[in-house]
Amino acid sequence: MKLNKFKSSEITPENFYINRRKFLKKMGIVTGTAFASQNIITSALSYTPETERKITPYKFATTYNNYYEFGTSKSDPHKNSKDFITKPWDIKIDGEVENEITLSVEEIKNTIPSEERIYRFRCVEGWSMVVPWLGFPLNKLLNKVKPTSKAKFVKFTSLYDPDQMKGQRFPVLNWPYKEGLRIDEAMHPLTIMVTGLYGKELPNQNGAPLRLIVPWKYGFKSAKAIVNIKFVEKMPVSSWMNASPNEYGFYSNVNPNVSHPRWSQATERVIGENIYSPRIKTVMFNGYGDEVAGLYDGMDLRKNF
Amino acid sequence: MIRIFKPTIFVLCLIPFIIIAYQILFNQLGAEPVKQVTHHTGEWTLRFILLSLAMTPLKNITKILAWIKYRRMLGLFAFFYGTLHLLTYIGFDYQFNFDPIIDDVLNKKFIFIGFAAWLLMLPLAITSNQKMVLILKQNWKKIHRLSYLIGIFAVLHFIWLSKTIFFEPLIYLIILITLLTLRLDFIKFIFKKKSVT
Repeated sequence: MKLNKFKSSEITPENFYINRRKFLKKMGIVTGTAFASQNIITSALSYTPETERKITPYKFATTYNNYYEFGTSKSDPHKNSKDFITKPWDIKIDGEVENEITLSVEEIKNTIPSEERIYRFRCVEGWSMVVPWLGFPLNKLLNKVKPTSKAKFVKFTSLYDPDQMKGQRFPVLNWPYKEGLRIDEAMHPLTIMVTGLYGKELPNQNGAPLRLIVPWKYGFKSAKAIVNIKFVEKMPVSSWMNASPNEYGFYSNVNPNVSHPRWSQATERVIGENIYSPRIKTVMFNGYGDEVAGLYDGMDLRKNF
Repeated sequence: MIRIFKPTIFVLCLIPFIIIAYQILFNQLGAEPVKQVTHHTGEWTLRFILLSLAMTPLKNITKILAWIKYRRMLGLFAFFYGTLHLLTYIGFDYQFNFDPIIDDVLNKKFIFIGFAAWLLMLPLAITSNQKMVLILKQNWKKIHRLSYLIGIFAVLHFIWLSKTIFFEPLIYLIILITLLTLRLDFIKFIFKKKSVT
């Protein structure tokens, strides 16, 4: 992995986001009460930072979301998640482990500091954003349990609560939302659990209180509002695999060479650009190939899409 | 009546165009402008196709001939919005870069059928004026039966592009099936019978 190739100040900033570092430090003082429980590392970044693309405006990252639990339209999650209750919230880590545990989000935030990660986010539908997440490597959470020798995969389950999540009253997907990763993917330092974005607490429509981000995979792999992490022996069947197995595979790595059965994945639209801006070329593993390509050595990525 | 109604309806039919033109000019299109324009023009194409297909059944059911007077205009608006939809895809989305477009048309079934629907609208638009009706006589009716196929293609285009089973494409499908069923002879017969008694 490359460390600190560029200073964060070299990243093209966006409006209010003029000086990230200062901004984040200020956060601790200005909104100290709201954020007191969450310690943020503002020092070294431990990944290749974004140097080519602009950060997506906050407005779009928080109003243009795919989160079918709150409705199938992009603007639904923002509208319908306003009263979603995220406190208290427990996450159970169980399955093929020697010591299953249940942790509250508060505990997790208190014991594992969040850092900022500016990642590209590529949706399987063919659009993309660049989002400054706050979060921590998932492996820090997974290391709290000891997997048994049987454990090969990690299965993520999101909340099922049709009273609050009115999209779940319709059988759009087989609720609750399920996703999965191979253990080495889950342990990879780029895979993070997200607690916030743009220096703020994670909005409900973005998957509060705790969501996954796997930047080299299509967005739907990054499950939101997670309540259970299960170590399993067999490859989990995700909700999207269940809905349409020939369109959504288990791996779902960003790959411009393997097109979706119904549309091409060679290019993508950048969210927040105007109508006259062209599509941009999609990059293998969403640009994180140096870090993650090794995970798939010898695998046919056309077959394992 | 017709003299007042027709221009009014013409202006009403232009409203979706005025809305999207305003949004383009004043940058009101949101996070994904191209998609917004594509969806807007596409949805209105489908609505006008279904509206134009609704006129004949409405005439049969209500026994009011006037419905037929609007059929051509609604059909031409379907072609108008369909052409804007196609131009959005070619011009805004792919910036007239024809390689990926040809690739899409040939390989992606929802784009193929959408393009086919537009192609089928061409002869209907060309033969839509009164002169053509007189020249083509009986054949005019046959050619314009293509509108049923266009309706089916357009609804399939919408269903196939959807990520999962959504309500919207299904609603359009139900409306289309209803409109086509109303044209079946035995259904017409029922309505005729009712009106006699």
